[in-house]
Amino acid sequence: MSQELRIVGFLCNWCSYGGADTAGVGRFTQPTDLRVIRVPCSGRIDPLFILKTLVNGADGVLVSGCHPRDCHYAEGNFYARRRLEVVHRFMPILGIDPRRFSYTWVSASEGQRWQHVVTTFTNEIHALGPAPKIAGNPMEKLGALAQAV
Amino acid sequence: MSHLEQLKAAIKERLPELEMVIGWGQGFDALHATPIFMKTPEDVDKLLWGPLNVHNTATYLTAYKGKKVGVVVKGCDSRSIIELLQEKLLNRDDVVVFAAPCSGVADLTRIKKSLEAKGLDMGRVKAVAVAGDTLTLSVAGQDVALSLKAVAADKCGRCQYHNALVSDVFVGEPLQESAADNYDDLAEFEKQSMDDRMAYWKKEMERCIRCYACRNACPMCVCRDHCIAQSREPGWVSQRDDVSEKFFFQMIHAMHLAGRCTECGECQRVCPVDIPLLLLKRKLNKEIKELFDYQAGTKIDAKPPLLAFKVEEENINERGW
Repeated sequence: MSQELRIVGFLCNWCSYGGADTAGVGRFTQPTDLRVIRVPCSGRIDPLFILKTLVNGADGVLVSGCHPRDCHYAEGNFYARRRLEVVHRFMPILGIDPRRFSYTWVSASEGQRWQHVVTTFTNEIHALGPAPKIAGNPMEKLGALAQAV
Repeated sequence: MSHLEQLKAAIKERLPELEMVIGWGQGFDALHATPIFMKTPEDVDKLLWGPLNVHNTATYLTAYKGKKVGVVVKGCDSRSIIELLQEKLLNRDDVVVFAAPCSGVADLTRIKKSLEAKGLDMGRVKAVAVAGDTLTLSVAGQDVALSLKAVAADKCGRCQYHNALVSDVFVGEPLQESAADNYDDLAEFEKQSMDDRMAYWKKEMERCIRCYACRNACPMCVCRDHCIAQSREPGWVSQRDDVSEKFFFQMIHAMHLAGRCTECGECQRVCPVDIPLLLLKRKLNKEIKELFDYQAGTKIDAKPPLLAFKVEEENINERGW
């Protein structure tokens, strides 16, 4: 695979984080672009986490929680499902490619499925290439200023 | 009797039982109205009604929660009241709503542009007369007639609810309900490529001076002094003067209004640098309408879609990987 990209994954503590762990224990090969952030529940994910991540230069964001009807807190992922779908549909107007964000459900025993999800999503992001940078790098600005002086 | 006279009479009748009534009065010049807080019958005589009543009076209501106040509204303002009631940010018994049919308000930026096209300065408007669909402005010794349609705010062109959806006193004959919004402007905008859209917003947001007027004028922005955009812990937005920070602030504003925005357009109207902020909120509204068949501020007993869920969602594909 070409150069590694920056993909941020928000995984629910109870299912998907366990699923990723299962994949690791099972020694399934998976791409290494994903950085995992462990959250208590997919319902904890503020849609702004996703937008902030993308604005600040991530090439892709993946959210994974427990399957609907299987939430540790009974209904966290039901709320998450609505919010994530809304933020996904909001992206096009901002000029952010909605394909850079995806959400899915992986349970703790689904190591294989996790491998499939990570591989597929990483391949999709690689097909899109690095994200156009939105945030100006403050150091660059400083550099330009220093040059001017 | 004109709508204004009827409104005044109705307000005077109810005033003794109310702390105050919020409406519009004459501002610093003929073109600008300003919100007024009427406490005496003399104050009520200062009330204005017409195409210059641009402010959303519902914005002030949450500050007076628990007090009995009256408010004069247009159709769009009444939707904000409904949304506030829905979210229990207001008590229905505490608010007396006065309303009359509204046939649209003027967009002062448009007036400014049409005057500039004639080589005239908006600051020199001495008097404004409204007759039917024509605004006649006296500027620098001459009369300029503008059609209200040409200078009306965009939101009025697609407004479906000219009559207040909630009111205790409604004067005049209700206007006919218009056809539902088809989001043409969004479709037009989305013909551009992703890169062009991003470039567009970067260019627009570059002008932002972070005055937060968009937030303060928004009737649904009720966090006020606890806005996450100004909290340092967690620091969602820094004070850095950077397009991405300004743009992200608008993303916060839009996401916090998802499923709540009543499209009164105050954010865009008050923007001193004319950033088309309503477009972002309209996008969310359109998607929410498609997903959940819900329109903010139309039914008092409805539940905002992001505060609810269905075990089986009809319009969300569960993404079979």
